[in-house]
Amino acid sequence: MKNKELNSLKEYKYGFTTQIEDFKAPKGLTEETVRFISKIKKEPKWLLDWRLRAFKRLKSLKEPNWQKPKYPKIQYQDLYYFSSPKSLKDKPKSLDEVDPKLIETYKKLGIPLDEQKRLSGVAVDAVFDSVSVATTFKGELTKKGIIFCSISEAIQKHPSLVKKYLGSVIPLTDHYFATLNSAVFTDGSFVYIPPNVKCPMELSTYFRINASQTGQFERTLIIADKGSYVSYLEGCTAPMRDENQLHAANVELIALDDAEIKYSTVQNWYPGDEKGNGGIYNFVTKRGVCKGKNSKISWTQVETGSAITWKYPSCILQGDNSVGEFYSIAITNNHQKADTGTKMIHLGKNTKSKIISKGISAGNADNTYRGLVDINRKALHSRNYTQCDSLLMGNSCGAHTIPYIKNKNASSIIEHEATTSKINEDQLFYCNQRGLNQEEAVSLIVNGFCKEVLQQLPMEFAVEAQKLVSISLEGSVG
Amino acid sequence: MLKIINLKASTGGKDILKGLNLEIKTGEVHAIMGPNGSGKSTLANVLSGKPGYDISGEINFEGKKLNNVPIEERAQNGIFLAFQYPLEIPGVNTSNFLRTAINSIRKAKGEKELDALSFIKLIKEKASELKIDEKFLSRQLNVGFSGGEKKKNEILQMKLLEPKLSVLDETDSGLDIDALRIVADGVNSYKNKDNSFLIITHYQRLLDYIKPDYIHVLSNGKIIKTGRSELGQQLEKTGYKYLN
Ligand SMILES: Nc1ncnc2c1ncn2[C@@H]1O[C@H](COP(=O)(O)OP(=O)(O)O)[C@@H](O)[C@H]1O
Ligand SMILES: [Mg+2]
Repeated sequence: MKNKELNSLKEYKYGFTTQIEDFKAPKGLTEETVRFISKIKKEPKWLLDWRLRAFKRLKSLKEPNWQKPKYPKIQYQDLYYFSSPKSLKDKPKSLDEVDPKLIETYKKLGIPLDEQKRLSGVAVDAVFDSVSVATTFKGELTKKGIIFCSISEAIQKHPSLVKKYLGSVIPLTDHYFATLNSAVFTDGSFVYIPPNVKCPMELSTYFRINASQTGQFERTLIIADKGSYVSYLEGCTAPMRDENQLHAANVELIALDDAEIKYSTVQNWYPGDEKGNGGIYNFVTKRGVCKGKNSKISWTQVETGSAITWKYPSCILQGDNSVGEFYSIAITNNHQKADTGTKMIHLGKNTKSKIISKGISAGNADNTYRGLVDINRKALHSRNYTQCDSLLMGNSCGAHTIPYIKNKNASSIIEHEATTSKINEDQLFYCNQRGLNQEEAVSLIVNGFCKEVLQQLPMEFAVEAQKLVSISLEGSVG
Repeated sequence: MLKIINLKASTGGKDILKGLNLEIKTGEVHAIMGPNGSGKSTLANVLSGKPGYDISGEINFEGKKLNNVPIEERAQNGIFLAFQYPLEIPGVNTSNFLRTAINSIRKAKGEKELDALSFIKLIKEKASELKIDEKFLSRQLNVGFSGGEKKKNEILQMKLLEPKLSVLDETDSGLDIDALRIVADGVNSYKNKDNSFLIITHYQRLLDYIKPDYIHVLSNGKIIKTGRSELGQQLEKTGYKYLN
């Protein structure tokens, strides 16, 4: 009885749809679509050519199929690759010109775009389907020489930076979904931090899928110049639909000498219903290069949504003494599936990487950690520490840990620890005896289990993430 | 306050409690002594509603049958168990845990939840009464606490949650003399005419500090002897054997 009641509580509160007129690219994955997107965004010729090269390459590629979660064949010709609210066709110059329906949507999602009611200390770029709606706090950032805008705007205003770095971390030809993204990417965020500037606030992008039968292919590019620092966070939600929607993003990070990028994700795409109908396919390529010496890239992800999550935010540790970190919480409930982890490629000397992964599986869900640590022959005196913990709730879910380890020089050390446990009944009893109900007890214990990762999140988002962890597991025990 | 009638409990095919009767009136302190494995912790667990036991007989608390009441409701109604082996919960901040607990109980009673500031004030006051260093409150719950520290933390929770019936399961085991006195003082300062105690112990020395109204001897799942406080001293001298 309890389960049923609880399940009805577990409503996906971001599942609403905004009724708004949109205009779309012609249906289907064709050269025409690629040209349409490029044209509507008034892109320079080099970028159109770049997209077309990706499109051509795509035809010779196959979708990878080594991942654990299988899914029905995606009908690429039945999808729309570009969708934008009509009102954004001529990009509004200020927030006053933005359709109130859009502002209302973000308000409902807890993301006020109005700077008066802003999240304190957080600048937001809001992406709705294929286009950026608004970016807040631009003025303040510009004073420091920081560029934070949609990638479409960056292509117009900062073409040399975009040209230099776009595709420099994830090559055009990388793999099926990355190449698909390169051909049809629509919008996303662009960040450039000038030398020796510490970005004074959190930068954040909020992705929202609204239109149906539409894929979202966003592209994010972050460049931290020498000695700079930036902390960036992305959040994502989508309406409840019984179709599966594809989200195939590419995110590239570049850290030059002594620079640091902290990239956090709170992913709460619609996960599908309890029976496994609908939900987002979250097939994302995220990769950062620690290009300069002493640079650092840190990925933190809280993955609670999506029907299938399939992503490996990675670090290429090229500069000597560079550091890569990956902190992950992946929660799967009902019929959700996740195959996620990281790749740490050590090229420079004295490079260090750290991987902390917390997988939580409930219901009939399946959760795989898959990670590669590759220490190159020349990456002398490098170190990796990996810790993968899995927590199982109930008897019908699965957890797997698949580490690939390559250490090609004797001066380097790789340490790997892994645990799998069931939620501890005695701990639950202890909490219940202190008056906590089952939900509160599970939430407390799971949040404790995830602590090391949660505490990596920027303060403004840590509380939200904790709540999300609890909500995602409601109804999973008892 | 508590009335147990012919309570039987078994688990994993083993009969542990075999027809136990016990009545504790409001304001009374009862002690249970008995050899290892006689079923003392099982009684404490069953009173708290721990799952996994087959139960027959009746447990009445404040005139209400408890048998099918969920664990947290019993706690909210005023039953508190100080665990023989308090659980470690990694990653959970002690102070947050205590605040969640007190607010769950307040909510259930229809009282207003404590805000962060009033909670901190309250917890600091209770902690200092038990000579618990404030640093403990920001540590992970029971993780790396010494045996004595864990036990003191249990008594802290008792004082914070203000139960009607406190069941202390070997809270005195593993305590040094000073800690024992602090724990006993903690209990005595909380004890009043409106609440009751069931104290499970092996040692008379705790009962020198906390004077029980009755002492029961539990053996092989049954209470085989009940007496006044002299019974404790007698047992101390002769052991349980003479009772058989
Ligand atoms: N889950 C269980 N399965 C089987 N036997 C158990 C279980 N729990 C307790 N017992 C047994 O029941 C008896 C009573 O245990 P317990 O109540 O812990 O005793 P005490 O607290 O008096 O030392 C012991 O023999 C113990 O081994
Ligand atoms: Mg015991």
